[in-house]
Amino acid sequence: MIDRIAHLGAVTLAAFNRLGRASVFFMVVLLNVPGLFRRPALIIKQLYSVGVQTLVIIIVAGLFVGMVMALQSYYGLVDFGAEDSVGVMVVLSLLRELGPVVTALLFAGRAGSALTAEIGLMKATEQLSGMEMMAVNPMQRVVAPRFLAGVISMPLLATIFSAVGVLGAYLVAVQMLGLDYGPFWSQPQAKVDLYDDLYNGIIKSLVFGVVAAWIAVFEGYDCVPTSEGLGQATTRTVVYSSLAVLFLDFILTALMFSK
Amino acid sequence: MTSRKIEILVGLFVAGAIAAFFMLALKVSNMSSYSGGESYSLTANFDNIGGLKVRSPVSAGGVTIGRVTDIEYNNETYEAVIRMKIDAQYDRFPVDTAASILTSGLLGEQYVGFEPGAEEEYLKDGDVIDLTQSALVLEQIIGQFLYSQGDSKE
Repeated sequence: MIDRIAHLGAVTLAAFNRLGRASVFFMVVLLNVPGLFRRPALIIKQLYSVGVQTLVIIIVAGLFVGMVMALQSYYGLVDFGAEDSVGVMVVLSLLRELGPVVTALLFAGRAGSALTAEIGLMKATEQLSGMEMMAVNPMQRVVAPRFLAGVISMPLLATIFSAVGVLGAYLVAVQMLGLDYGPFWSQPQAKVDLYDDLYNGIIKSLVFGVVAAWIAVFEGYDCVPTSEGLGQATTRTVVYSSLAVLFLDFILTALMFSK
Repeated sequence: MTSRKIEILVGLFVAGAIAAFFMLALKVSNMSSYSGGESYSLTANFDNIGGLKVRSPVSAGGVTIGRVTDIEYNNETYEAVIRMKIDAQYDRFPVDTAASILTSGLLGEQYVGFEPGAEEEYLKDGDVIDLTQSALVLEQIIGQFLYSQGDSKE
């Protein structure tokens, strides 16, 4: 009985310990970011592996999410004779919620796990220590570029997701279901607000990008340097990023969209 | 992969994202209603503005000619004060124009409708519209209807 309480105490303290290390790590990464702008080649290389290589899954997912949303909205609205509102429903859902959140979940799964694995492997093969021996700052050379690339890519990817989703919805609603293309475009133009919907969505995806990139690089840097530890770290990245994104989505939605 | 090829692909990625952003902003949002253009400001006082919000449209004859910019409450005259900005090209509204709060469709959003009057002087920037009609409040209408039913039964 006492053992169980002691174990609970130990687990809780370990969790706070980890959170504290993660926060200090975050501060160090942020401090190393300004120095990066003297070496843009590093950022561009990471933007390619973090952003460009995630494009395929984002575009395909965006297309199909838009198409499914159009189809389901149509089935729901046609009973009320309101099927012309499919455009507005899909656009608002994409810009406000699905764009940032689904992109963040896919990003955490594809790019986040890759970042964790890369940095974790560098730690396990002692490349990070080797860099420190050579007086090269591994935070600035390895960690900060990946973090910055993640933060920059997320809003870009989310915007592409939303745009491709709208196009997919157009294909299904107008070409496949035969709805009129006039209301499909004009209703969103009346109801979708540039600041409240589009910009808020971009702010959301920025916040998700910071959180997902932070968790990914920290798990990689802090992993147990064995192959088993690497696997656990990658799993933790995906799970924690996804949970954090969904939790923050609720908070941000409550803050941004309350009347 | 050569670094030149990587740079080109990253450039295409960022360009694609910017294009997606502009497509969303222009085609799908209400950015056109934010576009500049000259405008002048008018004020109107109402007893009840119903569901009118900032950025609700102001129409004349069904055509949107401006937006509501400010909603305030005057604690001395106990009236709601609405400020609107009207496109400068529509500058020939007589001073006895009536402003009413109407609903578009049965359950749609509310807007301010202008009914032009017959005077020869026109409204200028900063003028107050005298003739106003407040929004219809559903409960008051139902109450009036029930009262009239009760009366007719006697």
